[in-house]
Amino acid sequence: MNTQAQYLKAIYLTQQQADGPASTGDVANLLDVSPASANEMIGKLEDRGLLDHEKYKGVDLTDEGIEQARDALQNYCIIERFLIEVLEVEDFRTEAKTLEGVIDETVAERLDTIIDRAPQCPDCFNAEDDVCGLIDVEAEVSSD
Amino acid sequence: MSLTQPVVSDHQLARLLQIGIVLEEVVEARAGKHAAETDDAADADLARLLEDASAESAQHRRQLEELLADLDADTVPFEEIQTLVEAQYEADEDFDGVLYDQLCNEETAYKFYDDLIESIEASETSFSVDRTRLLETLRLIREEEAEGVEDVTELMEARL
Repeated sequence: MNTQAQYLKAIYLTQQQADGPASTGDVANLLDVSPASANEMIGKLEDRGLLDHEKYKGVDLTDEGIEQARDALQNYCIIERFLIEVLEVEDFRTEAKTLEGVIDETVAERLDTIIDRAPQCPDCFNAEDDVCGLIDVEAEVSSD
Repeated sequence: MSLTQPVVSDHQLARLLQIGIVLEEVVEARAGKHAAETDDAADADLARLLEDASAESAQHRRQLEELLADLDADTVPFEEIQTLVEAQYEADEDFDGVLYDQLCNEETAYKFYDDLIESIEASETSFSVDRTRLLETLRLIREEEAEGVEDVTELMEARL
C-alpha cells in the first residue's frame, strides 16, 4: 500500500467517525504527520479527483476516492488478521501500520487465502478500536 | 507497493521474511495439493510443473529460514500453514484454474521479493544478518520466481 492509499484510508475512517467531512487536523493526527504534510498530500489527491477540499469545512472523498479507500482498508484488514491469526502478534496494530506501506495488494490477496475474513469486509472495521469489529482480539492473541 | 519504503529495523525485516516464508508455504501446499490431484499419465507436463514448484518453494523457505535464524526470529511451521491452506482450499475444477492459480503464486512471490529487495536497498539500517548475503539470497530467489512465471506462461500458451 502506498502513501496515497494510506491517506485515503485515513480520510475514509475519519469521515466515518465524523459522519461528514474530515478535518485535515484529524487526518494528520491519525497518520501521525504534520498538518503541513497532510495539507500537501490532500492537495495532490484533490488534483487527482479523489477528494473535494473546502476550506474551514474539511475533506470529502469522491466516489473514486471512496473505492480506493475501501480497497486500502481491506488490505489493512488482511494484514491485521494475518498478524493476529497466523503469526499471533499481540501488538498487531503497530505492526500492521509499519507493514501496510510495504505489503502490496497482490501479496495481501495471497495472504487472504489462509485467513478467515467475513464477506462484508471492510464494513465491519471498527475505526475506534483500529481492528475488525468481528475479531475477538483477546481470545485470538492469547490462544496459545 | 509502488513507493519504496525502507525497512527500518531487524524486527521489521524478520517480519517480512516470515511473510515470505508463509507465501512460500502457501505455494508449496497449494501446488503440492494440485499435483496430488493431477493425473500424471494424462497430463505429465502439468504434474511436473506443480511438483517442481512445490519443491522449489520448499527450497526457498529453507533459504529464508537461514536468514531468519541470524535475526534470532522464529519461523512459521509448514504444517501450520498447510492446515490453513487445507481449511480454505477449494479444488480448481479445470487445468486452466490450476495453471492460473500457479501463475498468481509465482507473480505474487516475484513482486514480493522485488519490493523487499528495493526496500532493503533503500534502507540505511545495519541489520544483524549480513546485508550482502541477504540481498544475494533474495535476488536469487526473485530470479527463480521470474523463471517460474515464464514456465507457467509457456505451458498456458502451449494450451491455447
